[in-house]
Amino acid sequence: MGKEERDPHTGYLTTGHEWNGIIELNTPVPRIIYFFLGAAFLFSLVYWVLMPTWPIGTTYTKGLLGSDQRAYVDNTIKQAALERADWTAQIEKESYADIQKNPALMNVVRETGRTLFGDNCAACHGRDAHGAKGFPNLTTQSWLWGGTPEAIAETIRVGINSAHPETRSSQMLAFGKDGMLPSADIDKVVAFVRSLSNPAAKDLPADKVAAGKMLFATNCASCHGEDAKGNPEVGAPNLTDPYWIYGGDAQSIETTVWGGRQGHMPTWESRLSTLDRKILALYLVDLRKPNP
Amino acid sequence: MFGFHYRLERKTIGLVLAIIGVASIGGIVEIAPLFTIHQTVEDAPDMRVYTPLELAGRNIYIREGCYACHSQMIRTLRDEVERYGPYSLAVESKYDHPMLWGSKRTGPDLARLGNKYSDEWHVAHLNNPRDVVPESIMPAYAWLSRTELRTDDLSDHLKAQRTVGVPYTDDMIVNAAADAYGQAAPDSPQAEGVVKRYGKATAVRAFDSRPGELTEMDALVAYLQILGRLTDAAHKPVASAEK
Repeated sequence: MGKEERDPHTGYLTTGHEWNGIIELNTPVPRIIYFFLGAAFLFSLVYWVLMPTWPIGTTYTKGLLGSDQRAYVDNTIKQAALERADWTAQIEKESYADIQKNPALMNVVRETGRTLFGDNCAACHGRDAHGAKGFPNLTTQSWLWGGTPEAIAETIRVGINSAHPETRSSQMLAFGKDGMLPSADIDKVVAFVRSLSNPAAKDLPADKVAAGKMLFATNCASCHGEDAKGNPEVGAPNLTDPYWIYGGDAQSIETTVWGGRQGHMPTWESRLSTLDRKILALYLVDLRKPNP
Repeated sequence: MFGFHYRLERKTIGLVLAIIGVASIGGIVEIAPLFTIHQTVEDAPDMRVYTPLELAGRNIYIREGCYACHSQMIRTLRDEVERYGPYSLAVESKYDHPMLWGSKRTGPDLARLGNKYSDEWHVAHLNNPRDVVPESIMPAYAWLSRTELRTDDLSDHLKAQRTVGVPYTDDMIVNAAADAYGQAAPDSPQAEGVVKRYGKATAVRAFDSRPGELTEMDALVAYLQILGRLTDAAHKPVASAEK
């Protein structure tokens, strides 16, 4: 310990260290720093009293304000539900047809439906609902399981080939892979199927199409119907329209007939409320209106 | 008080002891609550463990750095709960070693991704995200479909997890490789063992649509499809709040 010395010029104490005649001043820490240190400590004292802070054994100090994040989020959600109550009650109560006739409600449906669709459906069906290969386009008139709002809401609820006990289930059999039809016959069926939606196709010889028609009647008509217009009861697609989930060119149809298809749509019953599903069904019906 | 500090600086032992005392405050505040964690974290008696295939998928998730862009933690905020589902509970990460809560979202949160989309979508999306989400900036992970999953070290992975507290049984550890194969091959003789050891709710199916081959794609999709589904503890408080 050096003895305390004061610098004659500034009046500050020195540290007692000296290097070649240079003496280090023991300048005190600026007062403002002490001030902020004290202020921060005071703030933390107040915070400890008001907010949940210290862990004590199996619990924690709850604080005078009783702040709780979980209660907070539950509250804000309830608050939001209350704010929407005037139109949610109306949508819950009224029938699909009545809501569709009500322009004010349909405006709400368009707005809310777009958000719901973006958060939940857009990953597969695309933000514009036009789908992608393997994921149906929802803006057409072609619906596997029926295009009424009721049918759409039910499809959203239970899903298709999903884990839901009441799921809609369907399977296109693997006619080639499982040996039900030889390749030559598949070729003929494909020619016939292509002729249905594209009668003008030039590469389809009439005899091949005719043979394909016979094969179609015995193998495919039970699901797709005699007229190949599909059957929403079993989710069989209409083969006479220009809309294809897995592609409508010769190669894609051949792949489908050879290897079968089993699309999968998840169930949304546990994820989306009845109201949300109703809004989505209405949103989709509304989406396809401009292009009949 | 400042005079006290001035004098303390001049006593070596005293200063060292004071530094140790002050520096340990931060540590104690973080460590002390862990002593009573069994009483403070909520209970989930129905919680199941990751199957070997899901654990392998989780390792791939870590290897590919998915956590850098995707969080697995839904916060207690209204917009997050409305978009993703019930907020995350601590107990849901009970068997996550290490936890993958993440700290940044370039992509969406994945805490409740399980069963939200189909296996086919996951495979298409991982092969090339732009095929299904044109505006996506996620990289493609196409090699996962082409890479055979390594299973010979899965028993060791299970054993390591057991060391840190995941209740894997000896039976599970011995059969880890077979169970990984069986979970992605529903018609194989190994599939039965998976259900027997891990419960009926286990998803046994060909995640990448090819039951004969066990690829890294199988493992990652199996993992993504179980996210948020090891326990339904998080759905209970929300269900009661709605009533």
